[in-house]
Amino acid sequence: MTTQETIVSNLADVPRSNGGGVETFVLNVGPQHPATHGVLRVKMTMDGEYVLRAEPVCGYIHRMHEKMGENRTYAQFLPNTSRIDYLSAMTYTHAWAGVVERAAKIQPPPRAEYVRVITSELNRISSHLVWWGAFLLDLGGFTPLLYAFDDREMILDLLERITGARLTYCYYRIGGLYNDVDEEFIEGTRKFVHHMRPRLKMYRELVTENIIFRKRLIDIGPISQEMCRKYGATGPVIRGSGIPYDVRKAEPYSAYPEFDFEIPHFREGDSMARYLVRMEEMAQSLRIIEQALDKLPSGPVMAEKVPRVLKLPAGDYCYAVEAARGRFMVRIVSDNKEIAYRAKLRTPCLSNLSLFEEASQGMLLPDALALMGSLDLVIPDIDR
Amino acid sequence: MSEIKPNPEENKPSSVAVSSAKASVPAAVPPGVAQHQANKGNEAPKPPAPAPAQVAPKTPPASASPKPSATPAPPPAPLPNPLAHLAAPFQGVDFKLKGFHADASVGPDQVVSVAEQLDKDGFSLDTITGVDWLAQGQMEVVYDYFHPVRGLRAAVRARIPRDNPELPTISAVFPGANWHERETHDFFGIRFLGHPNLTPFLLPEDADYHPLKKDFKA
Repeated sequence: MTTQETIVSNLADVPRSNGGGVETFVLNVGPQHPATHGVLRVKMTMDGEYVLRAEPVCGYIHRMHEKMGENRTYAQFLPNTSRIDYLSAMTYTHAWAGVVERAAKIQPPPRAEYVRVITSELNRISSHLVWWGAFLLDLGGFTPLLYAFDDREMILDLLERITGARLTYCYYRIGGLYNDVDEEFIEGTRKFVHHMRPRLKMYRELVTENIIFRKRLIDIGPISQEMCRKYGATGPVIRGSGIPYDVRKAEPYSAYPEFDFEIPHFREGDSMARYLVRMEEMAQSLRIIEQALDKLPSGPVMAEKVPRVLKLPAGDYCYAVEAARGRFMVRIVSDNKEIAYRAKLRTPCLSNLSLFEEASQGMLLPDALALMGSLDLVIPDIDR
Repeated sequence: MSEIKPNPEENKPSSVAVSSAKASVPAAVPPGVAQHQANKGNEAPKPPAPAPAQVAPKTPPASASPKPSATPAPPPAPLPNPLAHLAAPFQGVDFKLKGFHADASVGPDQVVSVAEQLDKDGFSLDTITGVDWLAQGQMEVVYDYFHPVRGLRAAVRARIPRDNPELPTISAVFPGANWHERETHDFFGIRFLGHPNLTPFLLPEDADYHPLKKDFKA
């Protein structure tokens, strides 16, 4: 009954000049649609092939992580964070460990910070590779996915060696790391860097310069700087609109200030720009990894005197990291107990998706899906 | 029978597409990279952190339990306020200790005007969330902002009575607030007056409970 009414009012809301009142229908994309990569539902009001209004419906994979943050200790919550954006687990655990370290004034040793940077950047590359393969799959190219997963496999093997996990890592601990890296990891990572550079060149020649591919992305789904700002978009989305905003530079954390790297950004704001940002970011991550391996300090990987029972002084604390999809921030409110009084998780995909309704208006359906793919959504990151 | 629309691509002056294509052809050094200027001046000016004691006067510590863990020495000199040019009552905060540069506690009737000031200043909305202060009978709504160019972080908080948690929406200023406010309404039952669509966002569509309220029983 109510849905019927909403649909009718939706149609009535669309002005005639915008194609409203001609012949519209509601297309339900998802929650299990292959292009949504998870359980995202988009209610699309269509005029033929044109999107009049696309309303994302979230919450299908909501797990209430924030409530879990209020009923377990800081160390116990750490594995939860790697399950929010499962493709970028390292950076998420980094934010949680970071906020607790900030509040408890624990300083992880330099070697731990360097290894955090190396593993975070490896994780960023593996995340971008999944996006790259899946994005091309959305656009109709199957083969690149196999190439991407081939490269990603090397990263997963490296990370599995030191963390014991292939996807949902819980490698960072409050005050340092779970264990130290060994020579084999360091050598393997160097080999990977040498392997990956020519691969990126090959991807550029095979895919980025492919005319069919370019026609699908250039000028498709433009997102203005103003729209990014109004919706709080971050990560490759805001950088694809020409704003070089990156938490690694804006709020420097861990050992990032010690490395020389660029923030790739492109002015065009279309899906191609967001694609190029991520491709260029992989090259920058390789640069960071190489520098970190060269300068890797020796020493312990765990801070001394991390109390077993950790109580944070009353107050609120934030810590943000640049995850693969943008700004991930944790806000803890503590009342001087072992358990957080409130744990807020600010995830990048939620803000990045929130502009989809405005950005997709009037687009062709396949173009709207290209735009959605260029936002690089991970649904558990939205629904938490 | 629907009208057949001309393909919008055909309508476009072809020069636009071409020039844009050129602009984004990845050269050895992509255009964006070359132009990149290192973010400077991002860190808010901060003096040598005064002894790591309490930061500026802030909202009273949460715990209803009476006893600040260790009553510290005299309060340190207030930090410079990076947002002093705004009318909103911001106070400087030590970023290294807290993770944000400025903090303001305002009344519920001021959140929209503060949002407008921050909007004019180029801020972007980071997130909105609530905190349930059960013992004090209050709800706190925290608005986090970040500046995408200057790298500043600002927190704005407003307290409202717990038995009637209402305050105006800022979704007219920042459309991105729409979803954050719906989520806050889901979790805390805080009503954002004037919100265009305050329906369950992450919770099921028939949810009549608010799981982050401190007296919520599953």
